[in-house]
Amino acid sequence: MIRLIKRPEPSRVMVYLAPVIALVLTLLAGLLLFFLLGVPVGEALYAFFVEPISTRYGLAELGVKAAPLILIGAALSLGFRAQVWNIGAEGQLVAGAITGGAVALWFYEVEAWYVLPLMMLAGIAGGMAWASIPALLKTRFNASEILTSLMLTYIAGLLLSLLVHGALRDPDGFNFPESRLFHAAATLPIVLDGTRLHIGFPIAIMFVATLWILLSRTVLGFELQVMGAAPRAGRFAGFRESSVIWFCLLLGGGAAGLAGLFEVAGPIGQLIPVVSPGYGFTAIIVAFLGRLHPVGVLFAGLVMALSYLGGESAQITMNLPKAVTGVFQGLLLFFLLATDVLILYRFGWGRRSLAATHT
Amino acid sequence: MKSESPITASNSHEGTPLLDLRGMVKSYPGCLANDQVDLTLMPGQIHALLGENGAGKSTLVKMIYGVLRADQGDIEWQGAPVTINNPSVARGLGIAMVFQHFSLFESLTVSENIALGLGDSSGVNTDSLDEDIVTISARYGLPLDPERYVYTLSVGERQRIEIVRCLLQNPKLLIMDEPTSVLTPQEVDTLFKTLRQLSSEGVAILYISHKLDEIKALCHHATILRGGRVVGIANPATESASSLASMMIGQDVTPHRLPESAGFGPVSLACQSLTLPAADSFSVKLDDINLSVRAGEILGIAGVAGNGQDELINALSGEILLSSADMVQFKGQPVGRLMPGSRRQIGLCVVPEERLGHAAVPGMSLAENAFLTGAQRLSLSRVGFIRHRASRQFASRVIDAFQVQCRGSAAAADSLSGGNLQKFVVGREIMQKPEVLVVAQPTWGVDAGAAAAIHDALLGLAADGAAVIIVSQDLDELLGVCHSIMAICAGKTSDVFPAKHITMEEIGLLMGGAALDGLQATDGVVNGQESARKFGPEAPL
Repeated sequence: MIRLIKRPEPSRVMVYLAPVIALVLTLLAGLLLFFLLGVPVGEALYAFFVEPISTRYGLAELGVKAAPLILIGAALSLGFRAQVWNIGAEGQLVAGAITGGAVALWFYEVEAWYVLPLMMLAGIAGGMAWASIPALLKTRFNASEILTSLMLTYIAGLLLSLLVHGALRDPDGFNFPESRLFHAAATLPIVLDGTRLHIGFPIAIMFVATLWILLSRTVLGFELQVMGAAPRAGRFAGFRESSVIWFCLLLGGGAAGLAGLFEVAGPIGQLIPVVSPGYGFTAIIVAFLGRLHPVGVLFAGLVMALSYLGGESAQITMNLPKAVTGVFQGLLLFFLLATDVLILYRFGWGRRSLAATHT
Repeated sequence: MKSESPITASNSHEGTPLLDLRGMVKSYPGCLANDQVDLTLMPGQIHALLGENGAGKSTLVKMIYGVLRADQGDIEWQGAPVTINNPSVARGLGIAMVFQHFSLFESLTVSENIALGLGDSSGVNTDSLDEDIVTISARYGLPLDPERYVYTLSVGERQRIEIVRCLLQNPKLLIMDEPTSVLTPQEVDTLFKTLRQLSSEGVAILYISHKLDEIKALCHHATILRGGRVVGIANPATESASSLASMMIGQDVTPHRLPESAGFGPVSLACQSLTLPAADSFSVKLDDINLSVRAGEILGIAGVAGNGQDELINALSGEILLSSADMVQFKGQPVGRLMPGSRRQIGLCVVPEERLGHAAVPGMSLAENAFLTGAQRLSLSRVGFIRHRASRQFASRVIDAFQVQCRGSAAAADSLSGGNLQKFVVGREIMQKPEVLVVAQPTWGVDAGAAAAIHDALLGLAADGAAVIIVSQDLDELLGVCHSIMAICAGKTSDVFPAKHITMEEIGLLMGGAALDGLQATDGVVNGQESARKFGPEAPL
């Protein structure tokens, strides 16, 4: 019989090993899944995990998908450490896409250097504004930010849909629900020729480095961690709970808003009814897979980006359904949560051994 | 499995030990908690298990109660070898335990709590439970109303629930882990009466404590543990408290004497009609609290837990901001609306009662916990960045000065024993040289050696001109180190009395909310000056 035995203290090794075990288990479960579906297992796995990154273009695409995940995941992980549960990054992403995109369309006639920075600022501001609603509700009325931020996600989606069907619709677009295509001055510079890899990726990496320093070196990062680990000790030290909530939600909202702007000013190039394949939600998985550490988030973001690419590739080459992506992401989170048990517990085999022997 | 009655069962084994432990060994990674411990307990004996924190007392009783399993050693119960794998086996044998920390549900009634704690294997008939509770509590002088909700009960009454729960199972051996640490002297007397009655009926009692006076008064026999080994067996009645203490800590202890104060300086901290409404139904409102403490003075505030001490501490530290800044005055300056960091900056430091989760962040290192409150006064940060090296050095200085046993400044706070963490959090504030230090329960759960070190440090701080407030329910401690003493009861404070002229019984009355008629309050007594200093209900506003 297998039993779980509590460890005397949390295992440091398992903190890092658990995500790896979860990845392996996800792979095995995927294998089983493909086998049961009657799909050639080897080919399916190749199509899912290897083929997408076997070319230079594929690698660049990995960066394109990873940039928003890393950007949002790193910001969310800080909030999660402080026990601020911003689940609505997807909505903040859409809000940033709307405000940033609106600036691009407002300056449609202007081809100047300042358009893109202005769009970025607008994207950040939009995401922050959207995140400030749950922050206000939380600090004023103690409303759960989990619920409010999540519900606001759907409102943001509908707002974007409303705008591209109406005010921001392309006047020459035959009534398609799309905005005009952004001009060159309003689209992101490409960092790797012949690919779609834009400056969002290096910016995401710089963001990770900044947050790493923030977390490990600054009083503010300390404050966030204390507030998450022991709120009473934080109040005793003199930290304000409300300012921590505001900071975490604004940081997450700003990062998500910027990621949303990167999507519309990068790969998409215009406003359309759906601007994100769920980056804001996947970033939650990324944050936990990366152990709520900025550097871990960097790697986790790449892994999850691969799941998007793999899903597309499996659709094209194997005729597998699009849902495979979601299944793999869900499996990964599921196994990750399950393997986290191993940080506090270890397996014991057989029946309880009687310790009081030596007679 | 259960025998009929503890009385007949123990009498029929006259001469045979009830419990005989031989060669008990229990090791944890990196530490030998029990090393070849022997212990013999006769029926009806009140046996003290004496030792400092970390001496292995808890480990030993947990093995008896089946919570832990021994690595080696034999347990004989009434002459027959037994293996106690889990608490239900222990209960089946007739072993019951009252833990130091109660496990009660506040929102349930007394009888519901008892029913929950009994479980299925206890053999107690739950239908007649209410009657049984009333019968048992009347028989042993433990008045308890089965219908009362636990949140309405005092700590002493809550302890009675745990004791009654044990007695319902007709135990032959009752283990009590530091039972008096939360009781007033009057409640302690009641408890001792109950325990003596149980003993006369043949129930053996294993009594864990480090309060030597109690052990001398109550126990027939004492086993002294140090570092996991038995270092002495004594008859407490014939030993002196200091000889027991020196056996316990392995060196002679000299009880410290309060230095004769040459007079105090100006008032450092004052509360003026400090009033604070209750935050929720579980907290206590503070009602017009007036007090002042002068430079060099140590003021003790006695009280049974849950009478507003936490609220007062939070109001003084700045965790709760008051409606008017004048309610707390630091050297005449209103600070009642300053944040904790700003109060520390000007020299008002606080040690809250709860070590883990309040005074320290459990999972963080001692260096980070040193930064937690040292940041302002010791400038441990620069333009928003933490000075990690300076924080580590500060933590190391505290560790050295207070002889904190740990793996250095990188050790996590929750890896320290309670006593060592207490030394660290008290030391952390003292080493910041505050002008006013407010300490809650400075030696709660701390062994005699560490307690003496903490008391010396507090006395030294006061001698250097700081004002100190000690909030404690340990009256020996208050009488030992304080110049003046007051009590808090239901959010109201009593008059202030000079420690020299007040007895333990009188403090007990104050803690119960009574006023003392015969005794002159401090006004003008401590120093023969400051006759304007008036406290309590008649304080001028």
